[in-house]
Amino acid sequence: MYNFEFSKPSNIADAVAALSSDEAQALGGGQTLLPTMKQRLAQTDMLVSLTGIGEMQGICVGDNGELCIGGATTHAAVAADGNYPGLASLAGRIGDPAVRNRGTIGGSLANNDPSACYPAAALASGATIKTNARDIAADDYFQGMFETALEEGEIITEVRFPIPEVSNYQKFVQPASRFALVGVFVAKFADDVRVAVTGASSDGVFRWAEAEAALSADFSKAAVDALAVPSGDMISDLHGTAEYRAHLAKVMTGRAVAAAC
Amino acid sequence: MPKDHGIGASSKRREDVRFLTGQGRYTDDINLQGQAYVHFLRSDVAHGMLKSVDTSAAAAMPGVVRIFTGADFEGVGGVPCGWQVTDKHGEPMQEPAHPVLAQGKVRYVGDAIAAVVAETKEQARNAAEAIELDIEELPAVVDMKAAVQEGATKVHDDLTSNLCYDWGFVEENKPAVDAAFEAATHVTTLELVNNRLSPNPMEPRVAVGDYNPGTDDSTLYTTSQNPHVIRLLMGAFVLGIPEHKLRVVAPDVGGGFGSKIFHYVEEAFCTFAAKACRRPVKWTSSRSEAFVTDAHGRDHVTKIELALDADNNFTGIRTDTYANMGAYLSTFAPSVPTWLHGTLMAGNYKTPNIYVNVKAVFTNTVPVDAYRGAGRPEATFQLERVIDKAARELGVDPIELRRQNFITEFPYATPVAVEYDTGDYEGTMTKLLEMIDRDGFEARREESARNGKLRGLGVNCYIEACGIAPSALVGQLGARAGLYESATVRVNATGGLVVMTGSHSHGQGHETSFAQVVADMIGIPEDQVEIVHGDTANTPMGMGTYGSRSIAVGGSAMVRATEKIIAKAKKIAAHLMEAAEGDVELKDGAFSVAGTDKSVAWGDVTLAAYVPHNYPLEEIEPGLEETAFYDPNNFTYPAGAYACEVEVDPDTGKVDICSFAAADDFGNVINPMIVEGQVHGGLAQGIGQALLENVSYDENGQLLSASYMDYTMPRADDVPNFQVDHSSQTPCTHNPLGVKGCGEAGAIGSPPSVVNAVVDALQRAGHTNVTHIDMPLTPTRVWAAMQG
Ligand SMILES: Cc1cc2nc3c(=O)[nH]c(=O)nc-3n(C[C@H](O)[C@H](O)[C@H](O)COP(=O)(O)OP(=O)(O)OC[C@H]3O[C@@H](n4cnc5c(N)ncnc54)[C@H](O)[C@@H]3O)c2cc1C
Repeated sequence: MYNFEFSKPSNIADAVAALSSDEAQALGGGQTLLPTMKQRLAQTDMLVSLTGIGEMQGICVGDNGELCIGGATTHAAVAADGNYPGLASLAGRIGDPAVRNRGTIGGSLANNDPSACYPAAALASGATIKTNARDIAADDYFQGMFETALEEGEIITEVRFPIPEVSNYQKFVQPASRFALVGVFVAKFADDVRVAVTGASSDGVFRWAEAEAALSADFSKAAVDALAVPSGDMISDLHGTAEYRAHLAKVMTGRAVAAAC
Repeated sequence: MPKDHGIGASSKRREDVRFLTGQGRYTDDINLQGQAYVHFLRSDVAHGMLKSVDTSAAAAMPGVVRIFTGADFEGVGGVPCGWQVTDKHGEPMQEPAHPVLAQGKVRYVGDAIAAVVAETKEQARNAAEAIELDIEELPAVVDMKAAVQEGATKVHDDLTSNLCYDWGFVEENKPAVDAAFEAATHVTTLELVNNRLSPNPMEPRVAVGDYNPGTDDSTLYTTSQNPHVIRLLMGAFVLGIPEHKLRVVAPDVGGGFGSKIFHYVEEAFCTFAAKACRRPVKWTSSRSEAFVTDAHGRDHVTKIELALDADNNFTGIRTDTYANMGAYLSTFAPSVPTWLHGTLMAGNYKTPNIYVNVKAVFTNTVPVDAYRGAGRPEATFQLERVIDKAARELGVDPIELRRQNFITEFPYATPVAVEYDTGDYEGTMTKLLEMIDRDGFEARREESARNGKLRGLGVNCYIEACGIAPSALVGQLGARAGLYESATVRVNATGGLVVMTGSHSHGQGHETSFAQVVADMIGIPEDQVEIVHGDTANTPMGMGTYGSRSIAVGGSAMVRATEKIIAKAKKIAAHLMEAAEGDVELKDGAFSVAGTDKSVAWGDVTLAAYVPHNYPLEEIEPGLEETAFYDPNNFTYPAGAYACEVEVDPDTGKVDICSFAAADDFGNVINPMIVEGQVHGGLAQGIGQALLENVSYDENGQLLSASYMDYTMPRADDVPNFQVDHSSQTPCTHNPLGVKGCGEAGAIGSPPSVVNAVVDALQRAGHTNVTHIDMPLTPTRVWAAMQG
């Protein structure tokens, strides 16, 4: 690790100020950033920890029925919350207990790892990513592998999830890392169904429109049986070919629907 | 009644108290006054000309003590290879130089180019980043078959090609083998890969070099399985330090699996630099470095053919293997695909004609050497896979086909140069069948099918050669060392014992099982016996621990030394009891005279030895300390039968192991609990190889599986509850304990039954074109196989 300064502000305004310098970087749970720094693949002059900011902690149900999760809330806290079972179940399967007790939803969404779990939930739920500056719809937020709509120094302060009628996340793990080789989050709302696939595409998390249309008409596993995800944009690596990932996306979608029914 | 102490008792592992409470003392726990730290600058290209290494800016960085490059090692020896293989034309293998730091060329990602010694680790690393390299990249040699084509880029320019050797075994057998194939009624052919593995001991490698200018003594603290071997190789071949001026200490070591047998450049560097810098120099490998510097294992590509006659008797085996050596020859690398592999090609079966061809190949990859099982898993995997395939082709039961061909009479001289002293393959197979409820398989398969899963059963046998090894024999085979083992038993005045052994424990529990043996022989409590190992300064010259040799060879040395102690103690006791020596018996820690009530305690005799007031000084010396060296006269041959049941998810290709049973014959067993633990660990590694682990390079020689994000180590939930049994025992006929060794069996015996089970599951589900899937059987591969 290279040397750096460290600050731990107690409110969002101070954090934003601390992050205004070019070489400053936000620190959530450090589960991604710190290993990268230890390997000297990332370097920063100033780490600004967000975990001491009270207004970025905790979970509540808002007036409009949305689940509001502070940006610095840990995976473990989300896993323990009973309001949105599909999301809690997803959070409870991220990494191991140490990762869940440290890692944060804001850190995960800011990082937008193509194999991460939360992006699937956020996209399938139609969540709103609230930052210190604005509200960003999930549909506009994810912009490809490790790419998001966040500007330099912008902090995710809260994530708001509309709670679906039923939902399920199917995670087929990459055997080594146990991130999602392919993960599918299916969320059924009163008037539509949203399906988001993570781990599979070289463009990062995506919505599978064909399945959404089919499932909105008939929310059953059979509805996806006849569909196929094109393998053209899928990732191909040691752990799975593009064809395999495309196939898994369909299988996991079917399983998610079956489990949600 | 199970015994509660001594040989055969499941005594608790005494070393675990310190390991589990954080009191172990590992090499990284050793910090010497004034120590500096080294960081190695390693090549990030697989193959290139080293045009220049400019250290000037780096040398001026804070904390830098000194920077070394290949130039500092001109005139210093290279890291030697400990085994010379002679090829099928009678020529010695090609043996490239292996400098401590790269000279002229880099040959794999991870090859050490320069070493920065600095006050702190961070400073050393900072300065290493400031070294300017000019490397002209060359095409990387990665694929073995391409590497030996005419005109292929050479890894070593001074060798004639990338072929280390082309070995034929037994060359004289070849015509008879070819004739057997011509006469065969059926020939089964299988091409397969034995995947490359990263050893991944929990403790990464560490080396601390120390030099005493007052005495001109050098000391190396290192994570080694065999400190005497390191002292010999490094002292004599690399640094020119005589053994009496060099001490090598391998304290608590957190696992090795073979990877800590070898002499590595970092050990030589730290010892050299400590003298050059006049201060201790320490290196601690990071896990990332371990992936690119610890010798890898396996990496064979093989074609095997099995010939059968009209009655399904095996009549011939012919194999053609490419074995990856990596960029340099690691210490025992040449022996693994040859003498540790070809000699086991008979397996448990009486095949009269066997010919093994092995081409060892240099590539721009990490050196490959022995890894748990070393050669024997490769032999077992080929044989047990091809037999399963043959059974399927012939429409016969795979277990019956094995049984019908079992060797049943011992000693049995195989056509591949070894003689099995004893065994009972039918015995372990019968035991296995008792364990696995084969009759219930169909019902279990139907139950799986109801849950949408494909169930399969795989069985295999294995044999291994352990207790390595008779020195005279391995000398003929090219070993540049003897492979005896040693023990010194020092009895203290008050009766306690210290046993100093050349074997080394790095997780095996020697401190417990060795003490059981010695305590049992004398009849004293185990806690009266202390086992000392790992320091060349206080143990007799020994060859260390690998090849499941420690109890069979090291334990036998200990028995011999203890027998000498008992013989001398009897003389002293005879004197004390005024009896004839021949009438003295030792039982339960007391000497008595047959037919009388005369008795003298062990402690009285040991005290007399050191306080010789009433002592036959004219006949025997005072003191009670004996040394024995034991050189075995054959290998030992543990063997067994394993079975695995799997469920395959047809939608995803994921394999779940439902059950795994292992019936082993280890001969006599000293500590059943430790033996079971060794089998469990071996099975986990074997299942890891079969389903999960894979070192993968891209075509440019970049390591793709360079961290745990991509290299899949088995986790607890990847393996089932194991059923293990070692009640079939045919004691080894030629060592005093009748033991065979158990350390590698699990890793050797388990991969074929896993693959056999998966192929069985797919075949039963109608995927009749799937006759083989290469390891690891990851979901993506199994799914692809099912797509046709
Ligand atoms: C062993 C292991 C297993 C894992 N398994 C999984 C898994 O199965 N599924 C999965 O989804 N993830 C997994 N992860 C990743 C884990 O979820 C991380 O916690 C997460 O990706 C990053 O969150 P963090 O709070 O630790 O962020 P950090 O590591 O602190 O930061 C990551 C990035 O986000 C930025 N950042 C942090 N917080 C904010 C914020 N509030 N606003 C803006 N930017 C911010 C940082 O500047 C940095 O660039 C695993 C991690 C490990 C170590």
